[in-house]
Amino acid sequence: MSAAQSLLIDRIKCDGRGLCAELLPELIRLDDWGYPILAPGPVPEHLLLLAQRAVEDCPVLAIALRRAERTR
Amino acid sequence: MRLLDSPDHLGELPRVGPKFIEALESSGLAGRGGAGFPAGVKWRAVAQRSRGDAVILVNGAEGEPRSKKDRVLMGARPHLILDGAFIAARVLRARRIVLYIGERHTAARDSMLRALGERPEPERGLVSIAAAPARYVAGAEAAAVHMVNEGLATPTNTPPYPFERGVDGAPTLVQNVETLAHAALLARTGSIPRTMLLTLAGATARPGVVEVDEGTTIGEAIQRAGGAAETPRAVLLGGYFGSWVEPERAWRLQLDHRSLRDQGLGLGCGVIGLLPARGCPVCETAGIMRYLAGESSAQCGPCFFGLRALADACTRIAEGGANPDDLRRLHRWSAMVRGRGACKHPDGAVIFLSSALTVFAREFTAHAPHRARRIA
Repeated sequence: MSAAQSLLIDRIKCDGRGLCAELLPELIRLDDWGYPILAPGPVPEHLLLLAQRAVEDCPVLAIALRRAERTR
Repeated sequence: MRLLDSPDHLGELPRVGPKFIEALESSGLAGRGGAGFPAGVKWRAVAQRSRGDAVILVNGAEGEPRSKKDRVLMGARPHLILDGAFIAARVLRARRIVLYIGERHTAARDSMLRALGERPEPERGLVSIAAAPARYVAGAEAAAVHMVNEGLATPTNTPPYPFERGVDGAPTLVQNVETLAHAALLARTGSIPRTMLLTLAGATARPGVVEVDEGTTIGEAIQRAGGAAETPRAVLLGGYFGSWVEPERAWRLQLDHRSLRDQGLGLGCGVIGLLPARGCPVCETAGIMRYLAGESSAQCGPCFFGLRALADACTRIAEGGANPDDLRRLHRWSAMVRGRGACKHPDGAVIFLSSALTVFAREFTAHAPHRARRIA
Protein backbone atom coordinates (compact mmCIF):
# COMPACT_ATOMS: atom_id res chain seq x y z
CA MET A 1 0.00 0.00 0.00
CA SER A 2 1.28 3.44 -0.85
CA ALA A 3 1.93 5.98 1.91
CA ALA A 4 -1.06 8.07 3.00
CA GLN A 5 -1.42 11.31 1.09
CA SER A 6 -3.03 14.59 2.04
CA LEU A 7 -4.22 17.56 0.05
CA LEU A 8 -2.28 20.75 0.50
CA ILE A 9 -3.50 24.16 -0.63
CA ASP A 10 -1.17 26.96 -1.56
CA ARG A 11 -3.13 29.77 0.06
CA ILE A 12 -1.22 32.46 -1.79
CA LYS A 13 -1.80 30.94 -5.22
CA CYS A 14 -5.43 29.98 -4.56
CA ASP A 15 -7.81 32.35 -6.28
CA GLY A 16 -11.04 30.87 -5.04
CA ARG A 17 -12.17 29.53 -8.43
CA GLY A 18 -13.92 26.70 -6.59
CA LEU A 19 -13.35 23.94 -9.14
CA CYS A 20 -11.82 21.67 -6.50
CA ALA A 21 -14.96 21.75 -4.38
CA GLU A 22 -17.03 20.74 -7.39
CA LEU A 23 -14.74 17.87 -8.25
CA LEU A 24 -14.25 16.62 -4.72
CA PRO A 25 -17.13 17.71 -2.48
CA GLU A 26 -16.40 14.74 -0.21
CA LEU A 27 -13.24 16.47 1.02
CA ILE A 28 -13.46 20.09 -0.04
CA ARG A 29 -16.12 22.67 0.73
CA LEU A 30 -16.02 26.42 0.20
CA ASP A 31 -16.06 29.13 2.84
CA ASP A 32 -18.35 32.17 2.65
CA TRP A 33 -15.93 33.87 0.25
CA GLY A 34 -15.44 30.93 -2.08
CA TYR A 35 -12.13 29.61 -0.78
CA PRO A 36 -11.61 25.91 -0.13
CA ILE A 37 -11.82 24.31 3.31
CA LEU A 38 -10.21 20.88 3.48
CA ALA A 39 -11.54 17.98 5.49
CA PRO A 40 -8.84 17.01 7.98
CA GLY A 41 -6.73 13.91 7.60
CA PRO A 42 -5.36 11.92 4.69
CA VAL A 43 -7.26 11.31 1.48
CA PRO A 44 -9.14 7.99 1.69
CA GLU A 45 -7.91 5.43 -0.84
CA HIS A 46 -11.18 5.40 -2.82
CA LEU A 47 -11.02 9.19 -3.37
CA LEU A 48 -7.40 9.34 -4.51
CA LEU A 49 -8.21 9.43 -8.22
CA LEU A 50 -10.71 12.26 -7.73
CA ALA A 51 -8.21 14.11 -5.58
CA GLN A 52 -5.62 13.71 -8.30
CA ARG A 53 -8.11 15.16 -10.75
CA ALA A 54 -8.77 18.16 -8.48
CA VAL A 55 -5.02 18.75 -8.30
CA GLU A 56 -4.58 18.61 -12.06
CA ASP A 57 -7.62 20.69 -12.94
CA CYS A 58 -7.00 23.60 -10.59
CA PRO A 59 -6.66 26.56 -12.97
CA VAL A 60 -3.94 28.18 -10.87
CA LEU A 61 -2.25 24.95 -9.72
CA ALA A 62 -2.84 25.77 -6.08
CA ILE A 63 -3.48 22.23 -4.82
CA ALA A 64 -1.05 19.40 -4.34
CA LEU A 65 -1.08 15.89 -2.98
CA ARG A 66 1.68 15.29 -0.48
CA ARG A 67 2.80 12.53 1.79
CA ALA A 68 0.60 12.99 4.82
CA GLU A 69 3.30 14.06 7.29
CA ARG A 70 4.31 17.00 5.09
CA THR A 71 1.00 18.80 5.45
CA ARG A 72 0.39 21.32 8.15
CA MET B 1 22.54 42.98 35.05
CA ARG B 2 19.79 44.49 32.97
CA LEU B 3 19.65 45.33 29.31
CA LEU B 4 19.00 49.01 29.77
CA ASP B 5 21.52 49.42 32.63
CA SER B 6 24.35 47.42 31.10
CA PRO B 7 27.34 49.29 29.72
CA ASP B 8 26.82 49.65 26.02
CA HIS B 9 30.25 49.23 24.51
CA LEU B 10 31.73 46.24 26.22
CA GLY B 11 34.99 45.90 24.35
CA GLU B 12 36.20 43.03 22.26
CA LEU B 13 33.73 40.26 21.48
CA PRO B 14 33.97 37.17 23.65
CA ARG B 15 35.45 34.09 22.00
CA VAL B 16 32.49 31.84 21.54
CA GLY B 17 31.99 28.81 19.38
CA PRO B 18 29.36 26.19 18.66
CA LYS B 19 29.18 25.34 22.38
CA PHE B 20 27.45 28.65 22.95
CA ILE B 21 24.28 27.17 21.46
CA GLU B 22 24.09 24.76 24.40
CA ALA B 23 24.31 27.69 26.81
CA LEU B 24 21.59 29.47 24.86
CA GLU B 25 19.37 26.39 24.95
CA SER B 26 19.78 25.83 28.66
CA SER B 27 19.17 29.52 29.36
CA GLY B 28 15.63 29.01 28.05
CA LEU B 29 15.75 32.37 26.27
CA ALA B 30 12.50 32.90 24.36
CA GLY B 31 12.31 35.18 21.33
CA ARG B 32 11.06 38.69 22.09
CA GLY B 33 9.60 39.54 18.71
CA GLY B 34 6.17 38.16 19.49
CA ALA B 35 6.10 34.42 18.93
CA GLY B 36 8.25 33.56 21.94
CA PHE B 37 10.05 30.82 20.04
CA PRO B 38 13.07 29.39 21.89
CA ALA B 39 16.20 31.15 20.62
CA GLY B 40 18.41 28.10 21.13
CA VAL B 41 16.26 26.00 18.82
CA LYS B 42 16.54 28.61 16.08
CA TRP B 43 20.30 28.95 16.42
CA ARG B 44 20.77 25.18 16.35
CA ALA B 45 18.60 24.84 13.24
CA VAL B 46 20.71 27.41 11.40
CA ALA B 47 24.00 26.00 12.73
CA GLN B 48 23.14 22.55 11.43
CA ARG B 49 22.64 23.91 7.93
CA SER B 50 25.26 26.64 7.69
CA ARG B 51 28.24 25.96 5.47
CA GLY B 52 29.79 29.29 6.25
CA ASP B 53 27.03 30.95 4.25
CA ALA B 54 24.41 31.69 6.93
CA VAL B 55 22.80 35.10 7.26
CA ILE B 56 21.81 36.92 10.46
CA LEU B 57 18.72 39.08 10.02
CA VAL B 58 18.51 41.47 12.95
CA ASN B 59 14.81 42.18 13.30
CA GLY B 60 14.06 45.72 14.41
CA ALA B 61 10.98 46.15 12.21
CA GLU B 62 8.70 46.68 15.23
CA GLY B 63 5.47 46.88 13.22
CA GLU B 64 3.21 46.45 16.25
CA PRO B 65 1.57 49.88 16.52
CA ARG B 66 1.74 50.20 20.31
CA SER B 67 5.19 48.71 20.77
CA LYS B 68 8.18 50.95 21.32
CA LYS B 69 10.59 48.71 23.17
CA ASP B 70 12.70 47.69 20.17
CA ARG B 71 13.16 51.33 19.18
CA VAL B 72 14.10 52.27 22.73
CA LEU B 73 16.63 49.45 22.89
CA MET B 74 18.14 50.31 19.49
CA GLY B 75 18.44 53.91 20.65
CA ALA B 76 19.91 53.10 24.05
CA ARG B 77 21.98 49.94 23.56
CA PRO B 78 22.91 49.62 19.89
CA HIS B 79 26.27 47.99 20.63
CA LEU B 80 24.66 45.30 22.72
CA ILE B 81 22.41 44.40 19.79
CA LEU B 82 25.36 44.46 17.39
CA ASP B 83 27.31 42.26 19.83
CA GLY B 84 24.46 39.75 19.70
CA ALA B 85 24.49 39.85 15.91
CA PHE B 86 28.26 39.41 15.64
CA ILE B 87 28.24 36.61 18.19
CA ALA B 88 25.49 34.90 16.19
CA ALA B 89 27.55 35.39 13.05
CA ARG B 90 30.55 33.69 14.68
CA VAL B 91 28.64 30.84 16.23
CA LEU B 92 26.59 30.15 13.11
CA ARG B 93 29.42 30.87 10.65
CA ALA B 94 27.52 33.60 8.86
CA ARG B 95 28.88 35.67 6.03
CA ARG B 96 26.28 38.41 6.17
CA ILE B 97 24.32 40.43 8.74
CA VAL B 98 21.29 42.50 7.76
CA LEU B 99 19.92 45.17 10.08
CA TYR B 100 16.19 45.26 9.31
CA ILE B 101 14.80 48.39 10.91
CA GLY B 102 11.37 50.01 10.62
CA GLU B 103 11.48 52.74 7.98
CA ARG B 104 9.88 55.26 10.33
CA HIS B 105 12.17 54.45 13.25
CA THR B 106 14.78 56.95 12.11
CA ALA B 107 16.30 57.67 15.53
CA ALA B 108 16.74 53.94 16.12
CA ARG B 109 18.33 53.46 12.72
CA ASP B 110 20.67 56.41 13.22
CA SER B 111 21.72 55.03 16.58
CA MET B 112 22.44 51.61 15.09
CA LEU B 113 24.40 53.13 12.21
CA ARG B 114 26.41 55.31 14.56
CA ALA B 115 27.31 52.29 16.66
CA LEU B 116 28.17 50.32 13.54
CA GLY B 117 30.52 53.10 12.49
CA GLU B 118 32.43 52.57 15.75
CA ARG B 119 33.04 48.91 15.00
CA PRO B 120 36.31 47.68 13.55
CA GLU B 121 36.39 47.17 9.82
CA PRO B 122 36.49 43.41 9.29
CA GLU B 123 33.27 42.82 11.18
CA ARG B 124 31.62 46.02 10.04
CA GLY B 125 31.96 44.86 6.45
CA LEU B 126 29.53 42.00 7.08
CA VAL B 127 26.67 44.34 7.78
CA SER B 128 24.12 45.88 5.47
CA ILE B 129 20.91 47.68 6.30
CA ALA B 130 17.36 47.22 5.02
CA ALA B 131 14.31 49.35 5.77
CA ALA B 132 11.22 47.51 6.96
CA PRO B 133 8.00 49.02 5.55
CA ALA B 134 5.64 50.33 8.22
CA ARG B 135 3.23 47.44 7.87
CA TYR B 136 2.06 45.02 10.51
CA VAL B 137 3.22 41.89 8.72
CA ALA B 138 6.60 43.29 7.65
CA GLY B 139 8.26 42.01 10.80
CA ALA B 140 7.13 38.42 10.35
CA GLU B 141 10.13 36.21 9.65
CA ALA B 142 9.23 35.14 6.14
CA ALA B 143 8.14 38.67 5.21
CA ALA B 144 11.45 40.08 6.45
CA VAL B 145 13.36 37.58 4.33
CA HIS B 146 11.12 38.34 1.33
CA MET B 147 11.79 42.08 1.76
CA VAL B 148 15.56 41.64 1.82
CA ASN B 149 15.50 39.27 -1.16
CA GLU B 150 12.83 40.77 -3.37
CA GLY B 151 11.87 44.12 -1.92
CA LEU B 152 8.40 42.84 -0.96
CA ALA B 153 7.59 42.67 2.75
CA THR B 154 4.83 40.12 2.27
CA PRO B 155 4.81 36.69 3.87
CA THR B 156 5.65 33.67 1.75
CA ASN B 157 4.64 30.05 2.03
CA THR B 158 6.51 27.99 4.59
CA PRO B 159 8.22 25.58 4.35
CA PRO B 160 10.88 26.42 3.38
CA TYR B 161 11.44 28.27 6.65
CA PRO B 162 14.07 31.01 6.87
CA PHE B 163 16.39 28.65 8.78
CA GLU B 164 16.26 26.36 5.74
CA ARG B 165 16.25 28.87 2.91
CA GLY B 166 16.20 32.53 3.80
CA VAL B 167 18.18 35.56 2.65
CA ASP B 168 20.07 34.76 -0.59
CA GLY B 169 18.62 31.25 -0.29
CA ALA B 170 20.97 30.59 2.64
CA PRO B 171 20.09 29.40 6.16
CA THR B 172 19.01 32.53 7.97
CA LEU B 173 18.59 33.42 11.62
CA VAL B 174 15.82 35.98 12.00
CA GLN B 175 16.03 37.28 15.54
CA ASN B 176 14.47 40.20 17.33
CA VAL B 177 16.83 42.92 18.62
CA GLU B 178 15.95 42.36 22.27
CA THR B 179 16.60 38.64 21.95
CA LEU B 180 20.03 39.36 20.43
CA ALA B 181 20.85 41.75 23.28
CA HIS B 182 20.04 38.99 25.78
CA ALA B 183 22.23 36.55 23.85
CA ALA B 184 25.07 39.10 23.91
CA LEU B 185 24.92 39.38 27.70
CA LEU B 186 24.82 35.60 27.97
CA ALA B 187 28.03 35.36 25.96
CA ARG B 188 29.66 38.14 28.01
CA THR B 189 28.61 37.23 31.51
CA GLY B 190 27.56 33.58 31.36
CA SER B 191 23.96 34.33 32.29
CA ILE B 192 21.05 36.20 30.78
CA PRO B 193 19.38 38.99 32.66
CA ARG B 194 16.03 37.55 33.73
CA THR B 195 14.24 40.63 32.53
CA MET B 196 11.94 41.71 29.76
CA LEU B 197 11.16 44.95 28.03
CA LEU B 198 7.54 46.03 28.12
CA THR B 199 5.69 48.85 26.44
CA LEU B 200 2.96 50.19 28.69
CA ALA B 201 0.20 51.92 26.75
CA GLY B 202 -3.21 53.42 27.32
CA ALA B 203 -4.51 54.48 30.72
CA THR B 204 -1.24 54.35 32.65
CA ALA B 205 0.29 57.27 34.49
CA ARG B 206 3.51 56.98 32.49
CA PRO B 207 3.09 55.19 29.19
CA GLY B 208 6.35 54.00 27.72
CA VAL B 209 9.01 51.33 27.93
CA VAL B 210 10.07 49.65 31.16
CA GLU B 211 12.37 46.76 31.93
CA VAL B 212 11.04 44.39 34.57
CA ASP B 213 12.22 41.15 36.14
CA GLU B 214 10.61 37.98 34.86
CA GLY B 215 7.97 36.83 37.30
CA THR B 216 6.90 40.37 38.19
CA THR B 217 3.13 40.63 38.17
CA ILE B 218 1.46 43.00 35.75
CA GLY B 219 0.06 44.95 38.69
CA GLU B 220 3.57 45.46 40.09
CA ALA B 221 4.94 46.44 36.69
CA ILE B 222 2.28 49.09 36.25
CA GLN B 223 2.64 50.27 39.85
CA ARG B 224 6.35 50.75 39.33
CA ALA B 225 5.63 52.89 36.29
CA GLY B 226 3.47 55.27 38.26
CA GLY B 227 0.30 53.17 38.40
CA ALA B 228 -2.81 53.16 36.30
CA ALA B 229 -4.26 56.55 35.45
CA GLU B 230 -7.69 55.15 36.33
CA THR B 231 -9.24 51.77 36.97
CA PRO B 232 -9.09 50.06 33.59
CA ARG B 233 -12.00 48.21 32.04
CA ALA B 234 -9.62 45.60 30.58
CA VAL B 235 -5.99 44.93 29.81
CA LEU B 236 -4.75 44.10 26.33
CA LEU B 237 -1.89 41.71 26.86
CA GLY B 238 0.55 41.21 24.00
CA GLY B 239 -0.62 43.87 21.58
CA TYR B 240 -2.96 43.43 18.65
CA PHE B 241 -2.19 39.72 18.35
CA GLY B 242 -2.74 39.35 22.06
CA SER B 243 -5.76 38.94 24.30
CA TRP B 244 -8.05 41.10 26.36
CA VAL B 245 -7.93 40.12 30.01
CA GLU B 246 -10.15 41.21 32.90
CA PRO B 247 -8.15 43.64 35.06
CA GLU B 248 -8.54 41.63 38.27
CA ARG B 249 -7.03 38.62 36.56
CA ALA B 250 -4.43 40.62 34.64
CA TRP B 251 -3.11 42.36 37.76
CA ARG B 252 -2.11 39.04 39.29
CA LEU B 253 -0.57 37.53 36.16
CA GLN B 254 3.14 36.88 36.35
CA LEU B 255 5.20 38.12 33.43
CA ASP B 256 6.76 34.88 32.44
CA HIS B 257 6.45 33.43 28.96
CA ARG B 258 5.96 29.89 30.13
CA SER B 259 3.33 30.46 32.81
CA LEU B 260 1.36 32.78 30.53
CA ARG B 261 1.41 30.21 27.74
CA ASP B 262 0.12 27.58 30.16
CA GLN B 263 -2.88 29.83 30.75
CA GLY B 264 -3.52 30.28 27.05
CA LEU B 265 -2.10 33.80 27.08
CA GLY B 266 0.98 35.37 25.60
CA LEU B 267 3.11 38.40 26.11
CA GLY B 268 3.67 38.83 22.38
CA CYS B 269 6.16 41.60 21.89
CA GLY B 270 5.57 42.90 25.40
CA VAL B 271 2.80 45.44 24.92
CA ILE B 272 0.46 45.92 27.86
CA GLY B 273 -2.42 48.23 27.03
CA LEU B 274 -4.93 49.52 29.58
CA LEU B 275 -8.40 50.29 28.28
CA PRO B 276 -9.83 53.13 30.38
CA ALA B 277 -13.09 52.46 32.22
CA ARG B 278 -14.86 55.11 30.18
CA GLY B 279 -13.57 53.56 26.92
CA CYS B 280 -15.90 51.42 24.84
CA PRO B 281 -14.53 47.89 24.52
CA VAL B 282 -16.61 47.10 21.44
CA CYS B 283 -15.48 50.23 19.62
CA GLU B 284 -11.87 49.61 20.61
CA THR B 285 -12.08 46.01 19.40
CA ALA B 286 -13.73 47.08 16.15
CA GLY B 287 -11.01 49.65 15.55
CA ILE B 288 -8.26 47.10 16.05
CA MET B 289 -10.05 44.60 13.79
CA ARG B 290 -10.32 47.23 11.06
CA TYR B 291 -6.62 47.92 11.43
CA LEU B 292 -5.72 44.21 11.24
CA ALA B 293 -8.01 43.69 8.24
CA GLY B 294 -6.29 46.59 6.50
CA GLU B 295 -2.91 45.08 7.29
CA SER B 296 -3.66 41.79 5.56
CA SER B 297 -1.13 41.48 2.78
CA ALA B 298 -4.09 40.52 0.58
CA GLN B 299 -2.45 37.35 -0.66
CA CYS B 300 -4.73 34.70 0.86
CA GLY B 301 -8.49 34.89 0.33
CA PRO B 302 -9.63 33.74 3.77
CA CYS B 303 -7.49 36.42 5.44
CA PHE B 304 -8.24 39.25 3.01
CA PHE B 305 -12.01 38.67 2.79
CA GLY B 306 -12.50 37.05 6.18
CA LEU B 307 -10.83 39.73 8.29
CA ARG B 308 -12.65 42.40 6.32
CA ALA B 309 -16.01 40.71 6.96
CA LEU B 310 -15.17 40.33 10.66
CA ALA B 311 -14.09 43.95 10.97
CA ASP B 312 -17.25 45.16 9.19
CA ALA B 313 -19.51 43.10 11.44
CA CYS B 314 -17.65 44.36 14.54
CA THR B 315 -18.05 47.91 13.32
CA ARG B 316 -21.77 47.44 12.71
CA ILE B 317 -22.15 46.17 16.27
CA ALA B 318 -20.04 49.04 17.63
CA GLU B 319 -22.07 51.61 15.75
CA GLY B 320 -25.38 50.08 16.68
CA GLY B 321 -26.32 49.21 13.12
CA ALA B 322 -25.79 45.49 13.46
CA ASN B 323 -27.74 42.86 11.62
CA PRO B 324 -29.37 40.39 13.99
CA ASP B 325 -26.94 37.66 12.94
CA ASP B 326 -23.72 39.66 13.23
CA LEU B 327 -22.68 38.40 16.63
CA ARG B 328 -23.23 34.81 15.58
CA ARG B 329 -21.28 35.51 12.40
CA LEU B 330 -18.30 36.78 14.37
CA HIS B 331 -18.03 33.38 16.02
CA ARG B 332 -18.59 31.43 12.84
CA TRP B 333 -16.19 33.44 10.67
CA SER B 334 -13.50 33.41 13.36
CA ALA B 335 -13.50 29.63 13.26
CA MET B 336 -13.59 29.69 9.46
CA VAL B 337 -10.60 31.97 9.02
CA ARG B 338 -8.28 30.38 11.53
CA GLY B 339 -5.31 28.45 10.18
CA ARG B 340 -6.08 29.31 6.57
CA GLY B 341 -3.41 31.83 5.68
CA ALA B 342 0.16 31.38 4.51
CA CYS B 343 1.19 33.28 7.63
CA LYS B 344 -0.30 33.66 11.11
CA HIS B 345 -1.92 37.04 10.48
CA PRO B 346 -5.51 35.74 10.32
CA ASP B 347 -4.91 33.50 13.34
CA GLY B 348 -3.59 36.36 15.44
CA ALA B 349 -6.57 38.52 14.51
CA VAL B 350 -9.19 35.93 15.42
CA ILE B 351 -7.46 34.95 18.67
CA PHE B 352 -7.59 38.62 19.62
CA LEU B 353 -11.26 38.83 18.59
CA SER B 354 -12.21 35.71 20.48
CA SER B 355 -10.75 37.18 23.67
CA ALA B 356 -12.90 40.26 23.09
CA LEU B 357 -16.02 38.14 22.61
CA THR B 358 -15.28 36.39 25.91
CA VAL B 359 -14.19 39.30 28.10
CA PHE B 360 -16.72 41.74 26.63
CA ALA B 361 -19.53 39.25 26.08
CA ARG B 362 -21.97 41.48 27.92
CA GLU B 363 -21.00 44.59 25.94
CA PHE B 364 -21.15 42.81 22.59
CA THR B 365 -24.59 41.40 23.33
CA ALA B 366 -26.05 44.58 24.74
CA HIS B 367 -24.26 47.10 22.60
CA ALA B 368 -26.38 50.10 21.80
CA PRO B 369 -25.24 53.06 19.77
CA HIS B 370 -23.64 55.60 22.08
CA ARG B 371 -25.82 58.38 20.80
CA ALA B 372 -28.96 56.47 21.67
CA ARG B 373 -27.51 55.58 25.04
CA ARG B 374 -26.75 59.17 25.82
CA ILE B 375 -30.25 60.33 24.90
CA ALA B 376 -31.79 57.63 27.06
